[in-house]
Amino acid sequence: MLRPLEPVSNAARVGLGVLFFVLFVALWAWATLGGYVSRTFLADPLTMAREGYELLVKHGFLYDIGMTIWRVVGGFVLAAVIAVPLGILMGTYKPIEAFFEPFVSFARYLPASAFIPLLILWAGIGETQKLLVIFIGSVFQLILMVAVAVAGTRRDLVEAAYTLGAKDWGIINRVLIPSSAPAIAEILRLVLGWAWTYVIVAELIGSSSGIGHMIVDSQALLNTGQIIFGIIVIGLIGLVSDFLFKLVNRLLFPWSLA
Amino acid sequence: MSKLKIEGVSRTFPPSRQGGEPTRALEPTSLSVADNDFITILGPSGCGKSTLLRIVAGLDRATSGQVLLDGAPVEGPGPDRGMVFQSYTLFPWLTIAQNIAFGLRERGMPEAERLKIAHEWCQRVGLRGFEQHYPKQLSGGMQQRTAIARVLANNPKIMLLDEPFGALDNQTRALMQETLLEIWERERKTVMFVTHDIEESIFLASRVVVMSARPGRVKADIRVDLPYPRHYTIKTSPEFSALKAQLTELIRSEAQIAAAH
Repeated sequence: MLRPLEPVSNAARVGLGVLFFVLFVALWAWATLGGYVSRTFLADPLTMAREGYELLVKHGFLYDIGMTIWRVVGGFVLAAVIAVPLGILMGTYKPIEAFFEPFVSFARYLPASAFIPLLILWAGIGETQKLLVIFIGSVFQLILMVAVAVAGTRRDLVEAAYTLGAKDWGIINRVLIPSSAPAIAEILRLVLGWAWTYVIVAELIGSSSGIGHMIVDSQALLNTGQIIFGIIVIGLIGLVSDFLFKLVNRLLFPWSLA
Repeated sequence: MSKLKIEGVSRTFPPSRQGGEPTRALEPTSLSVADNDFITILGPSGCGKSTLLRIVAGLDRATSGQVLLDGAPVEGPGPDRGMVFQSYTLFPWLTIAQNIAFGLRERGMPEAERLKIAHEWCQRVGLRGFEQHYPKQLSGGMQQRTAIARVLANNPKIMLLDEPFGALDNQTRALMQETLLEIWERERKTVMFVTHDIEESIFLASRVVVMSARPGRVKADIRVDLPYPRHYTIKTSPEFSALKAQLTELIRSEAQIAAAH
């Protein structure tokens, strides 16, 4: 049955993927509804669904979801606008890479969440501060990964372009960028996922809206159903954005697939 | 009249580690290629024949000596010296027609005009109907035909080929040789073709330059006086066999030296 690297049929793949969720919810229901875990610590699935419904209908949770999405997207776009061109330049020109790389490598390890107190001091507790947390959390990762992707362009393609008369600008514009575009899109997809973890942290502190803010509020009320619902919503949004990204990549780069 | 002049070109690679010995890849080599000539550079692997070709292309720098094309020294890569590589170097994000038109685009030719030329070349190398395909959808032989068309569409002064059929199976390779020869008989471009395949070097060339094992230098320079147009059956003719025997002797001793290292 199980053999190393043996492919799995599409139907089986979907079935197995769904099966995990079913088992997970079943285990959760068994533990909570069966009374093995105190409701104070963990709400059962039904309570969670009811709380979620109330959140959406009575407490305007959709607004919170919208706020969170806007912060992630806003901070992420800001980071991408700076990181992608800089990454391309670093990947292309070795002196530029030598100039930025050590600092970016250092900054990459600075935890974005540790900047929150400073950012509150500098930018207040408004939207700017939230965007900055996402920005700091993603920009350095993006720069380095994009630079590596561009630098990894096949040398023989660059050489072929040179012997066809391409100048530096042609090499960057019509070889390096198109050749690394699918990899860059993949990097954006990956780092967007990380940005989601930063936004919740940013909203846990000094925020009056967003999914993270709702979770903190629910904690004060010991409403674990709402907390779990919030976490599941984040997961679902992540899943959807991931799917959209993959779809767009497939449409944009048909050549990179078989 | 000589199109290309290689004057005392040598290449020494710096040592890979501190205090190591530098590698002499190519001894000072002089060679001149006549206009419209098809020469093959034949040698065992690692004899510096590809290095020599890359220096002509401007992709590598000579340690000493210089390369003159139409009397002007070669400073770097340029569209007057189109190159076909052993690896498949079509741009995977461009269609076959766009690949062929790449050099024309770099030159700033309007799109309609360059696509017209690309379509003509598709036809000439037998790729009609594949204009809108991506390289991945084509076989290795078809990709190399596209690569040849991509260079020729650019109308270079000289075409450089670095073991372009090395990765193809034997049957495809034989067909590709015929295609290339047909194109050459029609276009009469100056061609410099690097290979380690003796039969290939004779069948294609009007002149075979044999190189010695590392460090490379010219060991023999042999004219191939087989008539054009050449048919593949020429490979079994007595003249062809005699040349093949002669070159096999020359190459064998070099291959033994190369293998001993």
